[in-house]
Amino acid sequence: MRIVVLTKPVPDPASGGERLTAEGRLDRANSPAVVNGNDEYVLEKALKLVEAAGEGEVIVLTMAPATAPETMRKALAMGATRGVLVTDPAIGGSCTVATTRILAAALKTLEFDLALAGVDTSDGGAGVVAPGVAALTGLPYLSYAATIEPDAAAGKVRVNRITPAGYDVLEAPTPALISGTQALGEPRYPSLKGIMAARNKEIATLSLADLGIDPATVGTAGATTKVVGSRPPEPRAATRVVRDEPDEAARQVVALLAERRLI
Amino acid sequence: MAGIWVHGEITGDGSLAKLSTEVATLARALAAESGGADVTGVVIGSDPAGAAAELARYVPRVLAVTEPATAEHAAGTIVAQRLAALVDEHDPDVILAGAGPEGRDLAGALSALTGRGILANAIALRGSPDGPVATHSVFGGKLITESALTGGRGIVTIRPNTVTAEPAGSAGKVETVAPTGELAQPAVPIVDRIEAKGAAASIDDARIIVAGGRGVGGPDGFGLIQDLATALGGAVGATRAAVDSGWIPYSQQIGQTGKIVKPQLYLAMGISGAIQHKVGMQTASTIIAVNRDPDAPIADFADMIVVGDLVAVGQAILAQLRERSG
Repeated sequence: MRIVVLTKPVPDPASGGERLTAEGRLDRANSPAVVNGNDEYVLEKALKLVEAAGEGEVIVLTMAPATAPETMRKALAMGATRGVLVTDPAIGGSCTVATTRILAAALKTLEFDLALAGVDTSDGGAGVVAPGVAALTGLPYLSYAATIEPDAAAGKVRVNRITPAGYDVLEAPTPALISGTQALGEPRYPSLKGIMAARNKEIATLSLADLGIDPATVGTAGATTKVVGSRPPEPRAATRVVRDEPDEAARQVVALLAERRLI
Repeated sequence: MAGIWVHGEITGDGSLAKLSTEVATLARALAAESGGADVTGVVIGSDPAGAAAELARYVPRVLAVTEPATAEHAAGTIVAQRLAALVDEHDPDVILAGAGPEGRDLAGALSALTGRGILANAIALRGSPDGPVATHSVFGGKLITESALTGGRGIVTIRPNTVTAEPAGSAGKVETVAPTGELAQPAVPIVDRIEAKGAAASIDDARIIVAGGRGVGGPDGFGLIQDLATALGGAVGATRAAVDSGWIPYSQQIGQTGKIVKPQLYLAMGISGAIQHKVGMQTASTIIAVNRDPDAPIADFADMIVVGDLVAVGQAILAQLRERSG
Protein backbone atom coordinates (compact mmCIF):
# COMPACT_ATOMS: atom_id res chain seq x y z
CA MET A 1 0.00 0.00 0.00
CA ARG A 2 1.60 3.22 -1.16
CA ILE A 3 -0.15 6.47 -0.22
CA VAL A 4 0.71 10.05 -1.16
CA VAL A 5 -0.63 12.70 1.22
CA LEU A 6 -0.87 16.28 -0.02
CA THR A 7 -0.07 18.55 2.89
CA LYS A 8 0.24 22.31 3.09
CA PRO A 9 2.07 24.39 5.69
CA VAL A 10 -0.36 27.13 6.79
CA PRO A 11 0.01 30.03 9.22
CA ASP A 12 -0.99 28.76 12.66
CA PRO A 13 -4.64 29.92 12.90
CA ALA A 14 -4.24 30.14 16.69
CA SER A 15 -1.21 32.44 16.48
CA GLY A 16 -3.18 35.50 15.45
CA GLY A 17 -0.15 36.67 13.46
CA GLU A 18 -1.53 36.33 9.92
CA ARG A 19 -1.33 39.41 7.71
CA LEU A 20 -0.99 40.45 4.08
CA THR A 21 2.14 41.80 2.45
CA ALA A 22 2.06 45.17 0.68
CA GLU A 23 1.33 43.26 -2.54
CA GLY A 24 -1.77 41.70 -1.04
CA ARG A 25 -0.26 38.23 -0.60
CA LEU A 26 -0.28 36.13 2.53
CA ASP A 27 2.80 37.02 4.58
CA ARG A 28 4.07 33.49 5.30
CA ALA A 29 7.27 34.72 6.96
CA ASN A 30 5.40 36.52 9.69
CA SER A 31 3.47 33.69 11.29
CA PRO A 32 4.56 30.26 12.58
CA ALA A 33 3.64 27.53 10.09
CA VAL A 34 1.81 24.35 11.05
CA VAL A 35 0.53 21.38 9.04
CA ASN A 36 -2.99 22.27 7.79
CA GLY A 37 -5.59 20.77 10.15
CA ASN A 38 -7.58 18.81 7.58
CA ASP A 39 -4.34 17.41 6.10
CA GLU A 40 -3.45 15.88 9.47
CA TYR A 41 -6.66 13.83 9.48
CA VAL A 42 -5.89 12.29 6.07
CA LEU A 43 -2.26 11.77 7.08
CA GLU A 44 -3.39 9.88 10.17
CA LYS A 45 -5.68 7.73 8.01
CA ALA A 46 -2.84 7.05 5.57
CA LEU A 47 -0.55 5.93 8.41
CA LYS A 48 -3.25 3.61 9.79
CA LEU A 49 -3.94 2.09 6.37
CA VAL A 50 -0.26 1.35 5.71
CA GLU A 51 0.14 -0.06 9.23
CA ALA A 52 -2.89 -2.30 8.66
CA ALA A 53 -1.53 -3.44 5.29
CA GLY A 54 1.76 -4.35 6.96
CA GLU A 55 3.74 -2.97 4.04
CA GLY A 56 4.11 0.15 1.96
CA GLU A 57 4.92 3.78 2.51
CA VAL A 58 3.35 7.17 3.14
CA ILE A 59 4.82 9.97 1.04
CA VAL A 60 4.13 13.57 2.05
CA LEU A 61 3.85 15.88 -0.98
CA THR A 62 4.09 19.60 -0.30
CA MET A 63 4.33 22.71 -2.46
CA ALA A 64 5.77 25.51 -0.37
CA PRO A 65 8.67 27.90 0.22
CA ALA A 66 12.10 26.38 0.88
CA THR A 67 11.54 26.66 4.65
CA ALA A 68 8.77 24.02 4.49
CA PRO A 69 10.90 21.05 5.68
CA GLU A 70 10.48 22.41 9.23
CA THR A 71 6.73 21.80 8.94
CA MET A 72 7.13 18.60 6.93
CA ARG A 73 9.24 17.11 9.74
CA LYS A 74 6.13 16.96 11.90
CA ALA A 75 4.39 14.76 9.33
CA LEU A 76 7.50 12.60 9.12
CA ALA A 77 7.64 12.43 12.93
CA MET A 78 4.03 11.19 12.96
CA GLY A 79 5.26 8.30 10.83
CA ALA A 80 5.32 9.29 7.15
CA THR A 81 8.10 7.50 5.28
CA ARG A 82 9.52 10.36 3.21
CA GLY A 83 8.74 13.77 1.84
CA VAL A 84 8.67 15.41 -1.57
CA LEU A 85 8.84 19.22 -1.59
CA VAL A 86 8.03 21.22 -4.69
CA THR A 87 9.77 24.53 -4.21
CA ASP A 88 10.94 27.25 -6.54
CA PRO A 89 11.41 31.01 -6.15
CA ALA A 90 8.94 31.55 -9.00
CA ILE A 91 6.11 29.72 -7.16
CA GLY A 92 5.43 32.46 -4.58
CA GLY A 93 2.08 34.15 -5.17
CA SER A 94 0.67 31.28 -7.19
CA CYS A 95 -3.13 31.19 -7.57
CA THR A 96 -5.16 27.99 -7.23
CA VAL A 97 -4.92 27.29 -10.98
CA ALA A 98 -1.11 27.30 -10.89
CA THR A 99 -1.03 25.39 -7.59
CA THR A 100 -3.30 22.74 -9.10
CA ARG A 101 -1.11 22.40 -12.21
CA ILE A 102 2.09 22.15 -10.18
CA LEU A 103 0.73 19.57 -7.74
CA ALA A 104 -0.77 17.52 -10.59
CA ALA A 105 2.62 17.49 -12.35
CA ALA A 106 4.39 16.49 -9.12
CA LEU A 107 1.86 13.75 -8.41
CA LYS A 108 2.48 12.27 -11.85
CA THR A 109 6.15 11.70 -10.89
CA LEU A 110 5.08 9.36 -8.05
CA GLU A 111 3.69 5.85 -7.95
CA PHE A 112 0.85 5.26 -5.52
CA ASP A 113 -2.39 3.41 -4.78
CA LEU A 114 -4.10 6.37 -3.09
CA ALA A 115 -3.51 10.11 -3.03
CA LEU A 116 -5.15 11.88 -0.09
CA ALA A 117 -5.76 15.57 0.60
CA GLY A 118 -7.64 17.51 3.27
CA VAL A 119 -10.95 18.94 2.00
CA ASP A 120 -9.65 22.48 2.41
CA THR A 121 -6.95 24.55 4.07
CA SER A 122 -7.30 26.98 6.94
CA ASP A 123 -5.52 29.80 5.07
CA GLY A 124 -7.02 29.95 1.55
CA GLY A 125 -9.99 27.75 2.37
CA ALA A 126 -11.05 27.40 -1.26
CA GLY A 127 -11.27 23.60 -1.26
CA VAL A 128 -10.75 23.51 -5.03
CA VAL A 129 -7.21 22.19 -5.49
CA ALA A 130 -7.94 18.48 -4.87
CA PRO A 131 -10.76 18.20 -7.45
CA GLY A 132 -8.58 20.19 -9.88
CA VAL A 133 -5.60 17.87 -9.42
CA ALA A 134 -7.89 14.88 -10.03
CA ALA A 135 -9.19 16.49 -13.23
CA LEU A 136 -5.67 17.12 -14.56
CA THR A 137 -4.30 13.70 -13.62
CA GLY A 138 -7.39 11.81 -14.79
CA LEU A 139 -7.71 10.09 -11.41
CA PRO A 140 -11.09 9.00 -10.01
CA TYR A 141 -12.03 11.63 -7.41
CA LEU A 142 -13.84 10.79 -4.16
CA SER A 143 -14.50 13.76 -1.89
CA TYR A 144 -15.59 14.64 1.65
CA ALA A 145 -14.58 11.23 2.95
CA ALA A 146 -15.68 10.13 6.43
CA THR A 147 -14.23 6.64 5.86
CA ILE A 148 -11.63 5.20 3.46
CA GLU A 149 -11.54 1.42 2.93
CA PRO A 150 -9.08 0.13 0.34
CA ASP A 151 -9.32 -3.42 -1.02
CA ALA A 152 -5.77 -4.02 -2.23
CA ALA A 153 -6.54 -7.46 -3.69
CA ALA A 154 -9.39 -6.09 -5.82
CA GLY A 155 -7.53 -2.86 -6.66
CA LYS A 156 -10.45 -0.80 -5.35
CA VAL A 157 -11.25 1.74 -2.66
CA ARG A 158 -14.53 2.49 -0.92
CA VAL A 159 -15.36 5.86 0.63
CA ASN A 160 -18.32 7.13 2.66
CA ARG A 161 -18.86 10.63 1.30
CA ILE A 162 -20.64 13.00 3.67
CA THR A 163 -23.95 14.26 2.23
CA PRO A 164 -26.75 16.33 3.78
CA ALA A 165 -28.79 13.15 4.32
CA GLY A 166 -25.98 10.91 5.55
CA TYR A 167 -23.45 9.21 3.29
CA ASP A 168 -23.01 8.22 -0.34
CA VAL A 169 -20.90 5.08 -0.53
CA LEU A 170 -18.51 5.56 -3.45
CA GLU A 171 -16.30 2.91 -5.02
CA ALA A 172 -13.47 3.44 -7.47
CA PRO A 173 -10.50 1.56 -8.90
CA THR A 174 -7.07 2.57 -7.58
CA PRO A 175 -5.08 4.70 -7.99
CA ALA A 176 -7.61 7.32 -6.89
CA LEU A 177 -7.57 10.76 -5.28
CA ILE A 178 -9.60 11.27 -2.10
CA SER A 179 -10.30 14.42 -0.10
CA GLY A 180 -10.90 13.70 3.57
CA THR A 181 -12.44 15.29 6.64
CA GLN A 182 -12.01 15.36 10.38
CA ALA A 183 -14.47 12.45 10.56
CA LEU A 184 -11.55 10.17 9.59
CA GLY A 185 -10.25 10.42 13.16
CA GLU A 186 -7.96 12.27 15.50
CA PRO A 187 -4.32 12.58 14.38
CA ARG A 188 -1.65 11.07 16.64
CA TYR A 189 1.00 13.09 18.40
CA PRO A 190 4.55 12.39 17.23
CA SER A 191 6.42 10.18 19.71
CA LEU A 192 9.91 11.10 20.87
CA LYS A 193 11.19 8.15 18.84
CA GLY A 194 9.28 9.42 15.82
CA ILE A 195 10.74 12.91 16.20
CA MET A 196 14.26 11.49 16.37
CA ALA A 197 13.67 9.24 13.35
CA ALA A 198 12.20 12.12 11.30
CA ARG A 199 15.53 13.95 11.36
CA ASN A 200 17.05 11.36 9.08
CA LYS A 201 14.11 10.86 6.74
CA GLU A 202 14.49 11.93 3.14
CA ILE A 203 12.85 15.10 1.80
CA ALA A 204 13.45 15.23 -1.95
CA THR A 205 12.92 18.55 -3.71
CA LEU A 206 11.46 19.22 -7.13
CA SER A 207 11.78 22.52 -9.00
CA LEU A 208 9.55 23.88 -11.75
CA ALA A 209 12.24 22.86 -14.26
CA ASP A 210 12.08 19.28 -12.91
CA LEU A 211 8.35 19.33 -13.62
CA GLY A 212 8.67 21.00 -17.02
CA ILE A 213 6.59 24.02 -15.99
CA ASP A 214 7.37 27.48 -17.37
CA PRO A 215 7.97 29.81 -14.37
CA ALA A 216 6.24 32.67 -16.22
CA THR A 217 2.93 30.76 -16.09
CA VAL A 218 2.84 30.45 -12.28
CA GLY A 219 3.47 32.66 -9.25
CA THR A 220 2.55 36.32 -9.18
CA ALA A 221 3.34 36.64 -12.92
CA GLY A 222 0.78 34.05 -13.94
CA ALA A 223 -1.84 34.68 -11.25
CA THR A 224 -5.47 34.51 -12.37
CA THR A 225 -6.69 36.44 -9.33
CA LYS A 226 -5.49 39.46 -7.42
CA VAL A 227 -6.26 41.08 -4.08
CA VAL A 228 -7.26 44.68 -4.89
CA GLY A 229 -8.11 46.00 -1.45
CA SER A 230 -8.36 45.16 2.23
CA ARG A 231 -9.85 46.68 5.35
CA PRO A 232 -10.60 45.70 8.92
CA PRO A 233 -14.10 44.28 9.38
CA GLU A 234 -16.88 46.58 10.57
CA PRO A 235 -16.71 46.57 14.34
CA ARG A 236 -19.66 44.74 15.89
CA ALA A 237 -21.87 46.74 18.19
CA ALA A 238 -20.97 46.56 21.87
CA THR A 239 -22.03 43.34 23.55
CA ARG A 240 -25.06 43.59 25.81
CA VAL A 241 -24.41 41.63 28.99
CA VAL A 242 -27.50 40.16 30.67
CA ARG A 243 -27.11 38.89 34.23
CA ASP A 244 -30.77 38.52 35.22
CA GLU A 245 -32.59 35.42 36.44
CA PRO A 246 -33.45 32.90 33.68
CA ASP A 247 -37.04 34.06 33.07
CA GLU A 248 -36.09 37.72 32.82
CA ALA A 249 -32.96 36.93 30.78
CA ALA A 250 -35.06 34.83 28.39
CA ARG A 251 -37.52 37.74 28.04
CA GLN A 252 -34.67 39.96 26.90
CA VAL A 253 -33.42 37.34 24.43
CA VAL A 254 -36.91 36.86 22.96
CA ALA A 255 -37.39 40.66 22.79
CA LEU A 256 -34.15 41.00 20.80
CA LEU A 257 -35.25 38.19 18.45
CA ALA A 258 -38.57 39.92 17.89
CA GLU A 259 -36.95 43.32 17.38
CA ARG A 260 -34.71 41.85 14.66
CA ARG A 261 -37.63 39.95 13.09
CA LEU A 262 -36.03 36.59 13.73
CA ILE A 263 -39.25 35.20 15.20
CA MET B 1 -19.23 42.04 -20.06
CA ALA B 2 -20.26 39.38 -22.51
CA GLY B 3 -21.98 36.99 -20.20
CA ILE B 4 -22.52 35.73 -16.70
CA TRP B 5 -23.33 32.08 -16.15
CA VAL B 6 -24.91 30.61 -13.06
CA HIS B 7 -24.49 26.93 -12.24
CA GLY B 8 -27.78 25.53 -10.95
CA GLU B 9 -27.03 22.77 -8.46
CA ILE B 10 -29.45 19.84 -8.27
CA THR B 11 -30.14 18.42 -4.80
CA GLY B 12 -30.71 14.79 -3.86
CA ASP B 13 -34.47 15.02 -4.54
CA GLY B 14 -33.98 16.62 -7.97
CA SER B 15 -34.93 20.16 -6.98
CA LEU B 16 -32.77 23.28 -7.32
CA ALA B 17 -30.46 24.00 -4.37
CA LYS B 18 -31.53 27.03 -2.32
CA LEU B 19 -27.96 28.31 -2.64
CA SER B 20 -28.34 28.40 -6.44
CA THR B 21 -31.36 30.72 -6.13
CA GLU B 22 -29.19 33.09 -4.10
CA VAL B 23 -26.34 32.87 -6.62
CA ALA B 24 -28.80 33.56 -9.46
CA THR B 25 -30.17 36.60 -7.61
CA LEU B 26 -26.63 37.87 -7.16
CA ALA B 27 -25.87 37.24 -10.84
CA ARG B 28 -28.71 39.59 -11.89
CA ALA B 29 -27.36 42.33 -9.62
CA LEU B 30 -23.86 41.79 -11.00
CA ALA B 31 -25.19 41.99 -14.55
CA ALA B 32 -26.93 45.30 -13.79
CA GLU B 33 -23.67 46.67 -12.41
CA SER B 34 -21.76 45.39 -15.43
CA GLY B 35 -23.57 47.30 -18.16
CA GLY B 36 -26.42 44.86 -18.62
CA ALA B 37 -24.56 41.61 -19.26
CA ASP B 38 -26.57 38.54 -20.27
CA VAL B 39 -27.28 36.09 -17.45
CA THR B 40 -27.60 32.40 -18.32
CA GLY B 41 -28.28 29.52 -15.96
CA VAL B 42 -26.90 26.04 -16.61
CA VAL B 43 -28.37 22.90 -15.06
CA ILE B 44 -26.68 19.56 -15.72
CA GLY B 45 -28.03 16.24 -14.43
CA SER B 46 -29.88 13.04 -15.17
CA ASP B 47 -33.25 14.81 -14.94
CA PRO B 48 -32.56 18.57 -15.07
CA ALA B 49 -36.07 19.75 -16.08
CA GLY B 50 -37.42 20.57 -12.61
CA ALA B 51 -34.35 22.40 -11.38
CA ALA B 52 -34.01 24.21 -14.73
CA ALA B 53 -37.61 25.45 -14.56
CA GLU B 54 -36.98 26.63 -11.01
CA LEU B 55 -33.79 28.46 -12.03
CA ALA B 56 -35.70 30.11 -14.91
CA ARG B 57 -37.73 31.98 -12.28
CA TYR B 58 -34.52 33.83 -11.45
CA VAL B 59 -32.66 34.30 -14.74
CA PRO B 60 -33.85 35.03 -18.31
CA ARG B 61 -32.32 31.96 -19.93
CA VAL B 62 -31.45 28.48 -18.70
CA LEU B 63 -29.56 25.74 -20.53
CA ALA B 64 -30.72 22.29 -19.41
CA VAL B 65 -28.30 19.45 -20.15
CA THR B 66 -29.39 15.85 -19.64
CA GLU B 67 -26.45 13.77 -18.43
CA PRO B 68 -27.65 10.31 -17.36
CA ALA B 69 -24.35 9.43 -15.63
CA THR B 70 -25.03 11.69 -12.64
CA ALA B 71 -27.93 9.47 -11.49
CA GLU B 72 -25.70 6.71 -10.12
CA HIS B 73 -22.28 8.39 -9.96
CA ALA B 74 -20.66 11.15 -7.90
CA ALA B 75 -21.85 14.20 -9.83
CA GLY B 76 -19.12 16.82 -9.33
CA THR B 77 -16.50 15.73 -11.85
CA ILE B 78 -19.07 14.69 -14.46
CA VAL B 79 -20.91 18.01 -14.29
CA ALA B 80 -17.57 19.87 -14.37
CA GLN B 81 -16.50 18.13 -17.58
CA ARG B 82 -19.83 18.84 -19.29
CA LEU B 83 -19.80 22.45 -18.10
CA ALA B 84 -16.16 22.93 -19.17
CA ALA B 85 -17.09 21.91 -22.72
CA LEU B 86 -19.98 24.41 -22.77
CA VAL B 87 -17.77 27.16 -21.35
CA ASP B 88 -15.13 26.53 -24.01
CA GLU B 89 -17.83 26.68 -26.69
CA HIS B 90 -19.80 29.76 -25.50
CA ASP B 91 -17.00 31.62 -23.72
CA PRO B 92 -18.90 33.42 -20.94
CA ASP B 93 -16.82 35.91 -18.96
CA VAL B 94 -17.88 34.82 -15.50
CA ILE B 95 -19.24 31.55 -14.07
CA LEU B 96 -20.87 31.71 -10.64
CA ALA B 97 -21.43 28.65 -8.43
CA GLY B 98 -22.31 27.96 -4.81
CA ALA B 99 -19.48 27.50 -2.32
CA GLY B 100 -20.89 24.32 -0.74
CA PRO B 101 -19.25 20.89 -1.10
CA GLU B 102 -20.79 20.28 -4.55
CA GLY B 103 -19.87 23.75 -5.81
CA ARG B 104 -16.28 23.38 -4.62
CA ASP B 105 -15.82 20.03 -6.33
CA LEU B 106 -17.34 21.49 -9.47
CA ALA B 107 -15.39 24.76 -9.43
CA GLY B 108 -12.05 23.06 -8.76
CA ALA B 109 -12.40 20.68 -11.69
CA LEU B 110 -13.89 23.36 -13.98
CA SER B 111 -11.01 25.70 -13.20
CA ALA B 112 -8.40 23.04 -13.88
CA LEU B 113 -10.06 22.01 -17.15
CA THR B 114 -10.56 25.56 -18.48
CA GLY B 115 -7.54 27.28 -16.90
CA ARG B 116 -9.83 29.96 -15.49
CA GLY B 117 -9.12 31.45 -12.06
CA ILE B 118 -11.39 31.15 -9.04
CA LEU B 119 -12.43 33.66 -6.43
CA ALA B 120 -13.61 31.19 -3.78
CA ASN B 121 -16.08 31.65 -0.92
CA ALA B 122 -17.18 35.21 -1.69
CA ILE B 123 -19.36 36.87 0.95
CA ALA B 124 -20.30 39.72 -1.42
CA LEU B 125 -19.87 40.48 -5.11
CA ARG B 126 -20.04 43.70 -7.10
CA GLY B 127 -19.46 44.70 -10.70
CA SER B 128 -16.65 47.01 -11.80
CA PRO B 129 -15.25 48.15 -15.15
CA ASP B 130 -12.55 45.51 -14.67
CA GLY B 131 -14.96 42.68 -13.94
CA PRO B 132 -16.44 41.25 -10.76
CA VAL B 133 -14.92 42.16 -7.40
CA ALA B 134 -15.47 39.61 -4.63
CA THR B 135 -15.35 40.28 -0.91
CA HIS B 136 -13.81 37.72 1.43
CA SER B 137 -13.45 37.37 5.17
CA VAL B 138 -9.92 36.07 5.87
CA PHE B 139 -7.60 35.26 8.78
CA GLY B 140 -10.41 34.18 11.05
CA GLY B 141 -12.39 37.33 10.34
CA LYS B 142 -9.60 39.74 11.22
CA LEU B 143 -9.49 41.14 7.70
CA ILE B 144 -11.89 41.80 4.83
CA THR B 145 -10.30 41.61 1.38
CA GLU B 146 -11.52 42.45 -2.11
CA SER B 147 -10.24 40.43 -5.03
CA ALA B 148 -10.58 40.56 -8.79
CA LEU B 149 -10.06 38.13 -11.66
CA THR B 150 -7.20 38.80 -14.08
CA GLY B 151 -8.82 40.21 -17.21
CA GLY B 152 -12.18 40.20 -15.43
CA ARG B 153 -12.84 36.59 -16.45
CA GLY B 154 -13.12 33.46 -14.35
CA ILE B 155 -15.12 31.57 -11.74
CA VAL B 156 -16.59 32.87 -8.47
CA THR B 157 -18.04 30.67 -5.73
CA ILE B 158 -20.54 32.27 -3.37
CA ARG B 159 -21.17 31.38 0.26
CA PRO B 160 -24.73 30.61 1.41
CA ASN B 161 -26.86 33.48 2.81
CA THR B 162 -24.89 36.19 0.96
CA VAL B 163 -28.16 37.60 -0.42
CA THR B 164 -31.86 36.85 -0.04
CA ALA B 165 -33.10 35.01 -3.12
CA GLU B 166 -35.63 36.98 -5.19
CA PRO B 167 -37.25 35.68 -8.38
CA ALA B 168 -37.02 37.93 -11.45
CA GLY B 169 -40.04 39.95 -12.60
CA SER B 170 -40.73 37.55 -15.45
CA ALA B 171 -39.88 33.90 -15.93
CA GLY B 172 -37.02 32.94 -18.24
CA LYS B 173 -36.82 30.39 -21.03
CA VAL B 174 -35.40 26.90 -20.70
CA GLU B 175 -33.40 25.58 -23.67
CA THR B 176 -32.50 21.94 -23.92
CA VAL B 177 -28.87 21.42 -24.89
CA ALA B 178 -27.18 18.14 -25.76
CA PRO B 179 -24.13 17.27 -23.67
CA THR B 180 -20.87 17.97 -25.48
CA GLY B 181 -17.24 17.11 -24.86
CA GLU B 182 -16.12 13.79 -23.49
CA LEU B 183 -15.95 12.32 -20.02
CA ALA B 184 -12.23 11.62 -19.79
CA GLN B 185 -12.10 11.32 -16.02
CA PRO B 186 -13.41 8.00 -14.65
CA ALA B 187 -16.93 8.28 -13.21
CA VAL B 188 -17.17 7.11 -9.59
CA PRO B 189 -20.24 4.93 -8.93
CA ILE B 190 -22.44 5.46 -5.89
CA VAL B 191 -22.86 1.86 -4.71
CA ASP B 192 -25.06 2.67 -1.73
CA ARG B 193 -26.73 5.58 0.03
CA ILE B 194 -26.83 5.59 3.81
CA GLU B 195 -29.36 7.74 5.61
CA ALA B 196 -27.81 8.84 8.88
CA LYS B 197 -30.04 8.02 11.84
CA GLY B 198 -31.83 11.13 13.02
CA ALA B 199 -30.14 13.17 10.31
CA ALA B 200 -30.32 16.75 11.45
CA ALA B 201 -31.38 19.71 9.32
CA SER B 202 -28.45 20.97 7.25
CA ILE B 203 -26.54 23.88 8.74
CA ASP B 204 -25.01 24.95 5.41
CA ASP B 205 -27.68 27.42 4.40
CA ALA B 206 -29.77 27.56 7.59
CA ARG B 207 -31.21 30.99 8.44
CA ILE B 208 -31.12 30.21 12.15
CA ILE B 209 -28.61 28.00 13.97
CA VAL B 210 -28.72 26.95 17.61
CA ALA B 211 -25.31 25.55 18.50
CA GLY B 212 -23.99 23.70 21.51
CA GLY B 213 -20.49 23.35 22.90
CA ARG B 214 -18.74 21.54 25.69
CA GLY B 215 -20.99 23.35 28.17
CA VAL B 216 -23.99 21.33 26.93
CA GLY B 217 -22.56 18.45 28.92
CA GLY B 218 -23.60 15.42 26.87
CA PRO B 219 -25.84 13.97 24.17
CA ASP B 220 -28.93 14.44 26.33
CA GLY B 221 -28.15 18.14 26.60
CA PHE B 222 -28.45 18.39 22.84
CA GLY B 223 -32.13 17.52 23.25
CA LEU B 224 -32.68 21.05 24.56
CA ILE B 225 -30.56 22.50 21.73
CA GLN B 226 -32.69 20.59 19.21
CA ASP B 227 -35.92 21.77 20.88
CA LEU B 228 -34.75 25.38 20.66
CA ALA B 229 -33.78 24.92 17.00
CA THR B 230 -37.19 23.41 16.24
CA ALA B 231 -39.01 26.25 18.04
CA LEU B 232 -37.00 28.80 16.03
CA GLY B 233 -37.26 26.91 12.73
CA GLY B 234 -33.51 26.47 12.60
CA ALA B 235 -30.78 23.84 12.51
CA VAL B 236 -28.51 22.43 15.22
CA GLY B 237 -24.80 23.21 15.14
CA ALA B 238 -21.93 22.24 17.40
CA THR B 239 -18.34 22.91 18.31
CA ARG B 240 -15.56 20.46 17.64
CA ALA B 241 -15.42 19.59 21.36
CA ALA B 242 -19.05 18.42 21.24
CA VAL B 243 -18.42 16.45 18.03
CA ASP B 244 -15.22 14.87 19.36
CA SER B 245 -17.15 13.80 22.45
CA GLY B 246 -19.56 11.94 20.17
CA TRP B 247 -22.59 13.96 21.25
CA ILE B 248 -23.51 15.01 17.71
CA PRO B 249 -22.34 14.04 14.19
CA TYR B 250 -19.48 15.78 12.39
CA SER B 251 -21.90 17.05 9.71
CA GLN B 252 -23.11 19.62 12.27
CA GLN B 253 -19.66 20.91 13.23
CA ILE B 254 -18.98 24.62 12.73
CA GLY B 255 -15.47 26.03 12.65
CA GLN B 256 -12.03 25.60 11.24
CA THR B 257 -12.20 21.94 10.27
CA GLY B 258 -15.99 21.94 10.04
CA LYS B 259 -18.33 24.26 8.18
CA ILE B 260 -18.33 28.03 7.78
CA VAL B 261 -21.85 29.41 8.23
CA LYS B 262 -23.49 32.81 7.92
CA PRO B 263 -26.98 32.59 9.44
CA GLN B 264 -29.24 35.48 10.40
CA LEU B 265 -29.21 34.23 14.00
CA TYR B 266 -26.56 32.23 15.84
CA LEU B 267 -27.65 31.17 19.32
CA ALA B 268 -24.51 29.83 21.03
CA MET B 269 -25.22 27.63 24.06
CA GLY B 270 -22.26 26.82 26.28
CA ILE B 271 -19.75 27.86 23.60
CA SER B 272 -16.66 29.75 24.71
CA GLY B 273 -15.94 31.13 21.23
CA ALA B 274 -12.33 29.99 20.77
CA ILE B 275 -10.74 31.07 17.49
CA GLN B 276 -11.22 27.64 15.86
CA HIS B 277 -14.99 27.98 16.33
CA LYS B 278 -15.19 31.73 15.80
CA VAL B 279 -13.85 31.46 12.23
CA GLY B 280 -16.89 29.36 11.34
CA MET B 281 -19.65 31.64 12.60
CA GLN B 282 -18.52 35.18 13.26
CA THR B 283 -20.20 36.63 10.17
CA ALA B 284 -23.64 35.67 11.54
CA SER B 285 -25.90 38.74 11.56
CA THR B 286 -27.00 38.35 15.18
CA ILE B 287 -25.04 36.36 17.76
CA ILE B 288 -26.57 35.59 21.14
CA ALA B 289 -24.55 33.58 23.66
CA VAL B 290 -25.57 31.83 26.84
CA ASN B 291 -22.55 31.05 28.99
CA ARG B 292 -21.62 30.75 32.64
CA ASP B 293 -18.39 32.65 32.06
CA PRO B 294 -18.83 36.37 31.35
CA ASP B 295 -15.17 36.51 30.28
CA ALA B 296 -15.46 33.81 27.60
CA PRO B 297 -14.03 35.01 24.24
CA ILE B 298 -17.53 34.95 22.70
CA ALA B 299 -18.45 37.91 24.94
CA ASP B 300 -16.16 40.01 22.73
CA PHE B 301 -18.09 39.48 19.51
CA ALA B 302 -21.64 38.47 20.48
CA ASP B 303 -24.49 41.01 20.31
CA MET B 304 -25.78 39.71 23.63
CA ILE B 305 -24.41 37.37 26.25
CA VAL B 306 -26.63 35.93 28.95
CA VAL B 307 -24.49 34.99 31.93
CA GLY B 308 -26.04 31.95 33.50
CA ASP B 309 -26.84 28.25 33.40
CA LEU B 310 -27.60 27.21 29.84
CA VAL B 311 -30.21 24.63 30.81
CA ALA B 312 -32.18 27.07 32.98
CA VAL B 313 -31.91 29.93 30.49
CA GLY B 314 -32.46 27.63 27.50
CA GLN B 315 -35.64 26.16 29.01
CA ALA B 316 -36.93 29.65 29.83
CA ILE B 317 -36.31 30.80 26.23
CA LEU B 318 -37.99 27.64 24.93
CA ALA B 319 -41.04 28.14 27.16
CA GLN B 320 -41.45 31.74 26.01
CA LEU B 321 -41.01 30.84 22.34
CA ARG B 322 -43.67 28.13 22.65
CA GLU B 323 -45.97 30.53 24.46
CA ARG B 324 -45.63 33.06 21.63
CA SER B 325 -46.37 30.53 18.89
CA GLY B 326 -49.14 29.22 21.21
